[in-house]
Amino acid sequence: MSCDHCHDREAVVHLTQIVNEQVTTLHLCEHCAAAKGVDSPAVSKTPLGSFLAAMGETLPAQVPAPRSSEACPRCGASFQDFRESGRLGCPDCYRAFEAPLRELLRRLHNSTHHMGERYATQQTSSPELRQAAAALREQLRVAIETENFELAAELRDRLRVVE
Amino acid sequence: MIDLSLLADGGVGWLDASGPHSHLVLSTRIRLARNLADHVFQGRNSEVEREAILEAVERVARDTVLLRQATKIRLDRLDRTDRQFLHERHLVSKELAGLDGEGGARSGAALLIQDRIGVMLNEEDHLRIQGLNSGFDLEGAYGLVDRLDTELGQRLAFAFHPEFGYLTSCPTNVGTGLRASVLIHLPGLVLTKEITKVLQGLAQVGLTFRGLYGEGSEVVGNFFQLSNQTTLGSSEQELLDHLGTMVRRVMDYEEQARQVLLRDAPAVMEDKVWRAYGLLRYARSLSFEEAMNLLSGVRLGVGVNLIPGLGMYTLNKLLVYTQPAHLASAEGVSPTEPDLSIRRARFVREVLDSEVKRRG
Repeated sequence: MSCDHCHDREAVVHLTQIVNEQVTTLHLCEHCAAAKGVDSPAVSKTPLGSFLAAMGETLPAQVPAPRSSEACPRCGASFQDFRESGRLGCPDCYRAFEAPLRELLRRLHNSTHHMGERYATQQTSSPELRQAAAALREQLRVAIETENFELAAELRDRLRVVE
Repeated sequence: MIDLSLLADGGVGWLDASGPHSHLVLSTRIRLARNLADHVFQGRNSEVEREAILEAVERVARDTVLLRQATKIRLDRLDRTDRQFLHERHLVSKELAGLDGEGGARSGAALLIQDRIGVMLNEEDHLRIQGLNSGFDLEGAYGLVDRLDTELGQRLAFAFHPEFGYLTSCPTNVGTGLRASVLIHLPGLVLTKEITKVLQGLAQVGLTFRGLYGEGSEVVGNFFQLSNQTTLGSSEQELLDHLGTMVRRVMDYEEQARQVLLRDAPAVMEDKVWRAYGLLRYARSLSFEEAMNLLSGVRLGVGVNLIPGLGMYTLNKLLVYTQPAHLASAEGVSPTEPDLSIRRARFVREVLDSEVKRRG
């Protein structure tokens, strides 16, 4: 099917509009669709991606959507990355993009509040583990002071396990 | 070929048709999505990080009751046939098995499994804790999964947000991270053309359906996986109760549809199921899809007592062992072997013949 606008390229965007109770469908190529400001579905790699692309059109104005250049301070993922892949970069993305995500969760789940089991953080560690952690922290401090970063990284990993 | 001899029943215990309502429901699966707080999500992590996650989880898993004796299967070290084999056995997802493209499984993709419970590692989320039970058994499957979640959660730091709950790579799983799926056989609703209405009804109450192999798979042999769509805003028990209530309703509709068929078109029904049996018993070439559809007909016939003397377990076994990678592994050929359809027909004939002889 060729594009309704340029009658040349292949139509890839099929825009259905309802005007005065009349349903019309416009078939556009990627180029003409972009010129008319219609998002091409090709940017969405996942079903959630298409959902997000569609949502972008109707996202209420009061939701402070982050600028696509704003990135999660921990993993560097942007909200645009999420829109395209449908996947977040790290647990901290939920804080970095909290406002638009809250809006999305409301649409996906009809709620933003977890009502299930609470995660009890790790049990109080044994005295031996606490001692081991203290020793590792001291070694880590020395390693950082002496700029032995390779050792510091290893100690940090071991500390995480103990803690 | 991959050695599954260490697993109880080779990991297909869920097929034994011992669970409740097993003439309609093949299996009940529950999974919980979990991520480690101190690692970025799978899409942004490196090979080294995925190894670290695998190592960290495996280490603590050995201290748990439920995974102490777990078998570790590294998908990234298996060839395509073995990965497909595990997927056909419903032990790993298509994503973990890396069956979407030619690239294979991602590095660090692994399965820890003991009896009917396991953890997929480095899937879309760091951990996918999963339990698979025979028949319709939401409580039984959840009981195990919940216990393993607690055991692992005491030893690992999971990513958790006070408002949003368990954090997942995709926001569609956030909150409880729970997806419960019931694999159900609905030929009566398909034949009476009621199925569309039923599936639409399910969508309206927040449930969704998928095909035989879960996400992104086609419906074959009238098998549907019914599952909860949302994971946030309800407790685990509420999600399970809601799905349970709806599945029971669907089972009632299916039974009613079968009664309508038997009442209004008994001769057509009888011909249909015996014709399916006849083809399976004597055909010399069967594609996978044809075999699935015929098995669906025979299963219906057994379910409404038109075909006597055939066990659900035999039918379930045929369902699994006629799949391409299973058949290819048993026959020692490639799943793309041109005469696989001939081998499939021979296999089905042999199983049905021995069943007939056994029952005298």
